Amino acid sequence: MASAAAEMDLVDILDASSGPIDIARYVDFVRDPAAGAIATFEGTTRDTFEGKLVEELRYEAYVPMAARRLAAICAEARGSWPLLRLAVAHRLGTVGVGEASVFVAASAVHRAEAMEACRYLIDEVKASVPIWKKEVYENGEVWKENKEFLERRAAHHEMDPAHELKETSNGEE
Amino acid sequence: MEIAGGLNDGTGEMNESKVENSAGQDIKIKVLFFARARDLTGVSETSLEMPDGSTAGDCMRNLLVKFPSLQEIYNSMVLAINEEYAAESTLLTSKDELAIIPPISGG
Repeated sequence: MASAAAEMDLVDILDASSGPIDIARYVDFVRDPAAGAIATFEGTTRDTFEGKLVEELRYEAYVPMAARRLAAICAEARGSWPLLRLAVAHRLGTVGVGEASVFVAASAVHRAEAMEACRYLIDEVKASVPIWKKEVYENGEVWKENKEFLERRAAHHEMDPAHELKETSNGEE
Repeated sequence: MEIAGGLNDGTGEMNESKVENSAGQDIKIKVLFFARARDLTGVSETSLEMPDGSTAGDCMRNLLVKFPSLQEIYNSMVLAINEEYAAESTLLTSKDELAIIPPISGG
């Protein structure tokens, strides 16, 4: 059952030479005669951050692990909602202002599930998929850090008994 | 970790001979550095030879000696072994791929 569902998930990590995300490809992938709804999300490069002018974003990824995580996230979404088809595309390399870095599409019989799954997918990309972006300004550049990742990491750290043991017993378990 | 300590004490005694792989031999690990981690180390990958029974945390401590600048991200990074997130307590085996994952920023 899991592998049959996986055929209805399209995950693309697009290398730097791929050019802009072909949005229609992903919307068409999830289009389904049984679907009453297609929900989509597009993440775009914005031109300012904290008053600084952003020239571009540059993305890189741990590609095999990112692909693995995206497939797992799609499977998780299917475990939570009745869904028809899913597509996630993330672009690597330079993404200019106004351009899409990530695109998510989900189809379902009803709109509530499609929209919730779409949100879940992008939230999970932000929290757990090993992709990084560098924000480039006129006079500098900085690796960004998703607060979703930091929050999840902090929560796991508190729950990890090994971590606490390490702190109280000098590195030995 | 006590088990690792037992194997490391240099006597070469293998009372705990239930270890299934090549007991007592060093294991070779490939380490990948991404994003800020690569900026800090200056390399995108390296390899480590570690004692059998080493954990991801042991590797990390070793890497911090080799690349002290990694300290900058030590409290915000996570580790992955063979493309899955892993706790520092996870045991490594030979030819494992350890990835140093600084705070991510996809999407």
